[in-house]
Amino acid sequence: MNSLGTGGVAWHVAMKDLRIEWRGRVVINQVLPFAALVMVAFAFALDSDAVLQRTAGGLVWLATMFSTFLIVQRSYAADVDDGALESLRAAGIDMQGVFLGKSLAVMVELFLLQCVLVLVGFVLYDVQMSLSGWGMLLVTMVGATLGLGFVGVLYGGLIAGAGYRETLLPLLVLPVVAPVLLAATRATESAIGVSGLTIADGWPWVGILFVFAGIFGLGGLLSFDSVVEG
Amino acid sequence: MNSTPRTEPARVGTPATRVFGLLAVLFLGWVVVGGLFITPADAIQGDSVRIMYVHVPTAWVAYLAFIVTAIASAGYLFGKRHSLGFDRVAGASAEVGVLFMALTLMSGSLWGRLTWGTFWQWDPRLTTTAFLFVTYLGYLAVRGLGGTPERRAKRSAILALLAVLEIPLVHFSVLLWRSLHQEASVLSSDGDVKLDDLMLFTLLVGVLGFTALYGWLVSHRQRILTMRDIEEAKGIDLAISERIAEGSVR
Repeated sequence: MNSLGTGGVAWHVAMKDLRIEWRGRVVINQVLPFAALVMVAFAFALDSDAVLQRTAGGLVWLATMFSTFLIVQRSYAADVDDGALESLRAAGIDMQGVFLGKSLAVMVELFLLQCVLVLVGFVLYDVQMSLSGWGMLLVTMVGATLGLGFVGVLYGGLIAGAGYRETLLPLLVLPVVAPVLLAATRATESAIGVSGLTIADGWPWVGILFVFAGIFGLGGLLSFDSVVEG
Repeated sequence: MNSTPRTEPARVGTPATRVFGLLAVLFLGWVVVGGLFITPADAIQGDSVRIMYVHVPTAWVAYLAFIVTAIASAGYLFGKRHSLGFDRVAGASAEVGVLFMALTLMSGSLWGRLTWGTFWQWDPRLTTTAFLFVTYLGYLAVRGLGGTPERRAKRSAILALLAVLEIPLVHFSVLLWRSLHQEASVLSSDGDVKLDDLMLFTLLVGVLGFTALYGWLVSHRQRILTMRDIEEAKGIDLAISERIAEGSVR
């Protein structure tokens, strides 16, 4: 296994996580319906078509964030229960590769979830968007997914194996990903064209998303080995 | 030789804590008297300006505390000996920082209610401060997770350094967010205060006093944390020797 480079390890770990997910179908059967329910609950709570159209971008990203916690927890549950993470580390596997692999798997799941949420949101809240708006939304989704994935896996690793994982993860991650929520929401609003915003208004926010992802991706690569050390 | 056990409680103070404590009492005594009675009321804000004598120093101390936490965390992680002393200072400082940040947020919203007419504003500085508060609440929760002192130290040191990454990002994004919005209309005055010499002096004494209080709290608190670690280690040693004794009886 040691002959594998970082990329090889990342690929195998990502495939392993995705295979586990595909066989268990927890994201598809539980997280996805939960996120869709949250979208419906927003409609009940806000109770106004005009407000829903204006806030649709933010609501999609809120639902995404809630789902991120569930996906990250799910990603570590199997590893921690069987001590797999420690075994990998003891076997001398490149932990940077493990970080990238786990992040990749979480990102794939998150991205698919977002695609569904965006469609659900646009149907439920009756939002119209131009073709260039869709382009911007796609780039926003990629940037936000990178950031959420890296932060989720990094902080998930930090508290993996400790008690209170379920309640602690949101407390730790929510303040950290606040810039992602802000930036992705504003970029999405620009893509939709809410309250006179144009596509051009959104690009600085998209930039923030990628800078954020870059910083925490790098931070994760540098620290993940120490983070999971038991 | 007197063999009767001493009944007075063990003293936990050190010369350093006594100096900090004395300075804190002296300076904060002046802030109470000077801030409440001697300094004049502000021409625009009236008596509500007196909140400043608590608000500004507590904010300063909270930021100082988090900086100390970050530095001590780096000291633990990158130091050759991985000294747990750094970890305890980081923990003690974060605890005191969270306390003072809560005081800052509370005194700030009281002042805001009197001056702006609202408890809260989505001002970048306020928002970042609130995020800082929540971030260190999380940090303290992670410290309480248990495990060996070394595990706790490493985990929380990494978390404290990640917070150093996080806070500028939060601040920058909130800054950009607010700059795109119109100023809140509740802002009746811009909150600027013309300080006369006595007010400035009282504010300065307040900063010194609260900083001394911080030093006093942190030096005591890190000693308590040290004792707790020693107690826990003793408990483990005791359990091990009991098991060994059990084994040798059979």
